[in-house]
Amino acid sequence: MKKSQNVTIKGTKDGLTLHLDDTCSYDELKKELDRKLSNSTRVQEEQQLLSVKVKVGNRYLTKAQEEELKDLIRQKRNLIVEDLETNVITRQEAERLRQETEIVPVAKVIRSGQVLEITGDLLLIGDVNPGGTVKATGNIFIMGALKGVAHAGTEGNNEAVIAASVMKPSQLRISDCINRAPDHVPEDDNRVMECAYISDNQQIVVDRLQVLMKKRPSLTRFEGGL
Amino acid sequence: MGEAIVVTSGKGGVGKTTTSANIGTALALQGKRVCLVDTDIGLRNLDVVMGLENRIIYDLVDVIEGRCKIHQALVKDKRFDDHLYLLPAAQTSDKTAVQPEQMRKLVNELKQDYDYIVIDCPAGIEQGYKNAVAGADKAIVVTTPEVSAVRDADRIIGLLEKEENVESPKLVINRIRTHMMKNGDMLDVDEITTHLSIDLIGIVADDDEVIKASNHGEPIALNPNSKASIAYRNIARRILGESVPLQQLDNDNKGVFSKIKKFFGVR
Repeated sequence: MKKSQNVTIKGTKDGLTLHLDDTCSYDELKKELDRKLSNSTRVQEEQQLLSVKVKVGNRYLTKAQEEELKDLIRQKRNLIVEDLETNVITRQEAERLRQETEIVPVAKVIRSGQVLEITGDLLLIGDVNPGGTVKATGNIFIMGALKGVAHAGTEGNNEAVIAASVMKPSQLRISDCINRAPDHVPEDDNRVMECAYISDNQQIVVDRLQVLMKKRPSLTRFEGGL
Repeated sequence: MGEAIVVTSGKGGVGKTTTSANIGTALALQGKRVCLVDTDIGLRNLDVVMGLENRIIYDLVDVIEGRCKIHQALVKDKRFDDHLYLLPAAQTSDKTAVQPEQMRKLVNELKQDYDYIVIDCPAGIEQGYKNAVAGADKAIVVTTPEVSAVRDADRIIGLLEKEENVESPKLVINRIRTHMMKNGDMLDVDEITTHLSIDLIGIVADDDEVIKASNHGEPIALNPNSKASIAYRNIARRILGESVPLQQLDNDNKGVFSKIKKFFGVR
């Protein structure tokens, strides 16, 4: 039995959703989408732009195909693709996603001249000595003393934080923000259990560790392990 | 089969050559057969400090390039009958005259005949350093209580950790000025050891006698009355596996009276 239609349009309280069937061929889908959208004149009568969500089910779309579908829908004057949702991702994407959300423990002293780069969150069990650098795409947690350079959120994550048991960095970087240590630090200044984050006015702020639970509640993750 | 120890620091002028000469001397005094190897090609010093400059006939580059046999190039130190030898560096070539692989072969050959090979490393982290480290089994990092020296030591420890054949390095803190350390004008021993997080194998106080002895071509370790000499001898004993407590840095020239006062708890 042939399925009656590959493209269904549904109106929900959040707006329009296009459901695209995942069992037919891509060309078939494109043809029908084109036909369907041209037919529905009712939508075209309204002047304001309508954003639609597209759900493609278990179909894998390449970047080019995604763009093609978006273009196709955009051509229908007042429709804009707000979101394109698919249930499938490639292994590479999955691996990347896993790495980005993973906490990577490293037991090492990062010495002068050494650079440690991590995808995801870094948990360093050891010190960062002056002249050493640690970088992570996510957050940086240092169980020892941070005396070198730490760069969190290297790929532009402004939410990233840096926490250290002893916070005496020569430079802190989060995303694109840079903050350097003052030229004269009093000798007996013991900076223990501190964190750094980007404040509302786009400055890196160093504060007590405890403020993080208010400033970055998303740090807590309650996902049971497998 | 002997053991090869490289003495290195990264920074220049912290006392690598002096330390090499004295550790070698102290080991020889303990009855070990020791060969000192100077890898600072082009700027050789170890022969001068040992007072063996006049007896050099062949050098390290001659051996590597096959112009002579190893035993022909080795300079015997007569003070230690048959316990201490020196393989001097060449003064005419530069560091590129030797490759790490050749050094490894040479050191392995020396290890057959000697208990300890002490390799004096040139300053820097380029070719000369690579040559010196190539054949080593152990490493001693020399630093002084100065921020710049400690920074370079940190860098060199990082590089040494990458070498598979070298055990985790040991630290010598050289040229300690007790009064400055007490006043907090200098980094103190604890600070340096926690910062570098490697094992301390010895501390050597700054002593004018060291320079005097070097200038005479007699390593200070030969003089049993000097504080620095004791320090070097202690390092040698620790290399041999003895556990020797760290030397007291406090000045002990206060005399008997203060000792008695201390005994009774009077300040």
